[in-house]
Amino acid sequence: MSETAQTRKVRRAIGEGPATRIVLIMVALVFLGLMLIAPLLVVFVEAFGRGIGVYLQALALPDTMAALQLTLLVAVIAVPANLIFGVAAAWLITKFDFKGKSFLLTLIDLPFAVSPVVSGLIFVLLFGANSALGPWLEDNNIQILYAVPGIVIATIFITFPFIARELIPLMEQQGSSEEEAAVSLGASGWRTFFQVTLPNVKWGLLYGVLLCNARAMGEFGAVSVVSGHIRGLTNTLPLHIEILYNDNKAAAAFAVASLLAMLALVTLAVKTLLEARFAGEIAAQRRH
Amino acid sequence: MQVRTVNISKRYAGLAALDDVSLTVQPGELVALLGPSGSGKTTLLRTIAGLEPPDAGTVYFNDRDLSDSRIQDRGVGFVFQHYALFKHMRVMDNIAFGLRARRKNKPREDEIKRRVLELLDLVQLSGLERRFPAQLSGGQRQRVALARALAIEPSVLLLDEPFGALDARVRKDLRRWLREIHDRTGHTTLFVTHDQEEALELADRVVVMNKGKIEQSATPDEIYDTPATPFVFSFIGESSVIPVQVGNGRATLDERLLDLEIGALPDGPAQLYLRPEDVTMVTDGGPGIPGLVVSTRRIGGMRRVTIECGLARHRIEFDALAEVPINNSQRLTIRVIGGRVYGAGAEGYETERLAASATSDFKWAKAEGWLDR
Amino acid sequence: MTATAPDGARSFRWRRRSVLPGFGLSLGYTIVYLSLVVLIPLAGLGIRSASLGWTQFWAIAFDPRVVQALQLSFGAALAAAVINTVFGVLVAWVLVRYRFPGRRWLDAAVDLPFALPTAVAGIALATLYAPNGPFGAILDHWFGIKVGFTPLGVVMALIFVGLPFVVRTVQPVLEEIDRETEEVAATLGARRWRTITRVIFPALLPAILTGFALSFARGVGEYGSVIFIASNLPFQSEIAPLLIVIKLEENNYAGATAIATIMLVISFAMLFVINLLQAWSRKWFGHE
Repeated sequence: MSETAQTRKVRRAIGEGPATRIVLIMVALVFLGLMLIAPLLVVFVEAFGRGIGVYLQALALPDTMAALQLTLLVAVIAVPANLIFGVAAAWLITKFDFKGKSFLLTLIDLPFAVSPVVSGLIFVLLFGANSALGPWLEDNNIQILYAVPGIVIATIFITFPFIARELIPLMEQQGSSEEEAAVSLGASGWRTFFQVTLPNVKWGLLYGVLLCNARAMGEFGAVSVVSGHIRGLTNTLPLHIEILYNDNKAAAAFAVASLLAMLALVTLAVKTLLEARFAGEIAAQRRH
Repeated sequence: MQVRTVNISKRYAGLAALDDVSLTVQPGELVALLGPSGSGKTTLLRTIAGLEPPDAGTVYFNDRDLSDSRIQDRGVGFVFQHYALFKHMRVMDNIAFGLRARRKNKPREDEIKRRVLELLDLVQLSGLERRFPAQLSGGQRQRVALARALAIEPSVLLLDEPFGALDARVRKDLRRWLREIHDRTGHTTLFVTHDQEEALELADRVVVMNKGKIEQSATPDEIYDTPATPFVFSFIGESSVIPVQVGNGRATLDERLLDLEIGALPDGPAQLYLRPEDVTMVTDGGPGIPGLVVSTRRIGGMRRVTIECGLARHRIEFDALAEVPINNSQRLTIRVIGGRVYGAGAEGYETERLAASATSDFKWAKAEGWLDR
Repeated sequence: MTATAPDGARSFRWRRRSVLPGFGLSLGYTIVYLSLVVLIPLAGLGIRSASLGWTQFWAIAFDPRVVQALQLSFGAALAAAVINTVFGVLVAWVLVRYRFPGRRWLDAAVDLPFALPTAVAGIALATLYAPNGPFGAILDHWFGIKVGFTPLGVVMALIFVGLPFVVRTVQPVLEEIDRETEEVAATLGARRWRTITRVIFPALLPAILTGFALSFARGVGEYGSVIFIASNLPFQSEIAPLLIVIKLEENNYAGATAIATIMLVISFAMLFVINLLQAWSRKWFGHE
C-alpha cells in the first residue's frame, strides 16, 4: 500500500477526507461571507460610494457632531462605571464561595436576555411623569428621561455584564494560588489585586472594556426609548443614523454608520491580535 | 519557633478533613506530613499557614494564639504545590515581593536587591534574576518559590508537596538540597508529601495522617520499625497481611504456634503484618510453615518470592538470595522471624486487599495435603 | 468517625471563609450596583404590571395585533435560532478542526454582530435585501423570494444578530473534546459518521442547546436591526419590541407594560432553562 493511501485511510478514520473538509470550509466561508461580511461591506460602499467629499460633508453636519459628542460622553461615564462593577463582581465570584452565587451570576446575565426596548421601558416606568419618582423629580427639577442621565443609565444597564463576563472565566481559570502566595508574603488586599491579579488579567480586561465601549456607543433600542429623539440634544450616533436614514439621507446615514463600523472593526482587530499574542491568556470561553 | 496545633477540626461539605488534630513541632525541626490523598495533610498545612480557617481548635506559634491573626502578619513562608510564581514578574521581583510589601521596616531598594542576590546564591540560581518564570525549568521554579518564601525571614517554612511536580532525578537532588538549606537556615519546617521515601529520607520526624487524623508521629526509624497502627505498617514499605489467632499471649496460624512477641492483645482473631525481611526460607529441615510458590521476580540483588500458605492460601512476600533457584509451584517452608500483630478491628491501609485474598478454599487445601499434615 | 468530630450543623455558614480580602467590599458594591441598575427598575416594571389587573392584562395580551406581533417575534426568532444552530455548529467545527489561510480572521468576524451596533447592521441589511438591493434583486429575480419588508427579512436580521451565540458556546467545548476519545472510537471499529453522532455530538449537545437558547432569546428581544428591514405594518411584519415603542409613543403605558411583561416572563424562563442546561452540562461533562 502506498504511503498516501495509508495516510488517507488513517485520516478518514479519525477525521474527514480532503473533499469533505473543503466542502465544509467553503460552506462556512460562504455563509459567513453572505451573512456577516456582506453587510459590513455595504456600509463602507454606501458611505464612500459618492466620494470622500460627500462623506466628510455628512460627518461635518452640526447634528452629527452633537451626536458624536453625546455618544462619547455616554461612553466616558458608562464604561468606567461598568469597569469598576465588572472587576468587583469578578473578584467576588471567583475568589469566594458563598450562597446565592449562581443567582448573582444569573442577574449579571440578565441584560443578555432582556429586550433592549424592555430595558428602556423599565426606566421610562421608573422615572416617567406618572411614576412614583416622577413628581418628586419634577419638583426638584431633575430631568432624567429624554435627557443625558436617562441615556447613560439605559446604556449602563445594557452594557454592565460585558466586563464581568470577560473577567470571570479568566480569573476562574487562573485560580487563587498566586493571590494566596501574595498575602502569605505579607501583601495587603489592594497590593495583591494591583500587582498580582490585574497583570494576569489585563488583556482580557482590555478586550472587555473595548467590547463594552463598542456596545455603549452602539446601543440603539434602549436609548431610543429613553432619549426622546431630540435632535442635537439627546441623539446618540445610532439614533442619528436612524433619523438620517428615515429622512432618505442614506449616504449620510451610512457615513455615520461607517464610524461605528470602524469602531467595531478596531475592537475585533485588537481582540484578534491579543489572542494571537497571548493565546490562552484570554479565556477560550466567551459568551455575550 | 515552636508550632503547635491544638484540637484542630475542619469539615468540607460534611466530611471531616481534619478531626481533632493536635501536633507540636519543635523549633528547628524538619517534619514531614505523610499520607494518602484526602488524608488531610494539605489542609493541616494550610490551616497552620492561615490559608484555611479551622472550624475548631487553635494554632500557636510559640505561645502566641493565632486565631485572630491575619495571614499577612503570621510570617509564614509558604511554598505552593505548583509554586504560584507571579508569572508577569522577573525572578528577582518575585523574590523581592514580600520585602516590598512590608509596611513596617521596609528595607531600602538597594538592601532589597542585596537580599535577593543573597537568596539567589543560596538557592543556586545566581545569574537568573532577570528571567521570567516561564523561562525556568520546574526545579528552578521550585527554588525560586523557596527563595521567595525565605525572603520574608519567615518564622515557619511550610511546603505543600514541594517535589510533587518534578521528575525523579531532579526530585532526589532537590531533596538533598532542601535538607542542606534547612540545616543552614534552621527554620522550623513542615512539608506535605505522599511519597514515603521522601518523608523517611528527608525529615527529622514523620507525621503519618489518615482520614483527617494523625496515625503516628515519630522518627523515620520508629515509623518503619515500630509502626503504631496497621495503617502505618502497610502505608510505609512493603507488607503482607495474614489473619492469625491470639490466645494466651501467643499467635497461631492454623494452630501452628508463631514465635513472635505480640505484647498485650486480647484473645481472639488478629492480623499479622509482615515485611519481606520478616520472613526467611527454612533450608535446614527445621520447623516452619509450608507453602507453594506462586510467583518470583528479581528486585536488584534479591529475588522477591510470593508464596501461598495456610488454609486460606494467604499470600506472603519475602526476599531470597538471587542465586538460590526458586521456581513457580515449588513447595517451600518459611519461618516468620519478625512482624507485628494487631488486634482485630484495627484498620489497615490494605484491609481491602486482604479481604479480597482471604477467601478460603478448603478443597485446594485438602488436595495439597495441607489438612493432613 | 469518633464522637469528638465537630457537629456539622453548628458550622453552617452562608459562605466559606477565605484569606483573600475584599469580600465585604466587592459584595456590597456588586449588590448596590445591581440593585440600582437592575433590581429596582425591574421591580418597578413588576409593580406597574401587577397594578394592571387581570382583565386589563388579558385584554391587551389577546389583542390580535399584540398576538400577531408576539407570534412574529417568537416565530422569527425560532426560525433564526434553528438556522443559526445548524450553521453555527458547522462554523465552529470548521474553525476548531481545520487549518486554512485566514482562519483567524474568520474567527474574529464571528464576533462582528457583538461589536457592530444594531442600527448599523439594520440599515446595511435593509440596503442589501431591499427589492432593488444587491441581494434582494437577485433573490426576487431568480427565485421570486421577497426578503426586504417581509417577515423573511426579520428572520435574516435575527440570523445576523444571533449567529455568534451558537459558535461561541460550541467552540470551546469542541476544543476541549479529547481527540483521544475519537481515536478510541475508531480503534473500536466505529466509522467516522458513527463517531460523530455517538461520541462527539452527545458531548456537544448541552453547548448546542445553550447556544440555541441564547440565540433565540436574543432574537425575541431584538429591535434595532429589525425595524429597518421590516415593513413595520401591523399584522404584516411588526415585531413585539416595536409594538412596545409604538404604545409608548401613544402614551399607552399599560399596553407597553403588559407586552413587556409577557416578553420578560418568557425571557426569564429561557434564562432559567439556560442555567439548568449549563448545570447539567457541568455535572455530566465537567465543562460549560
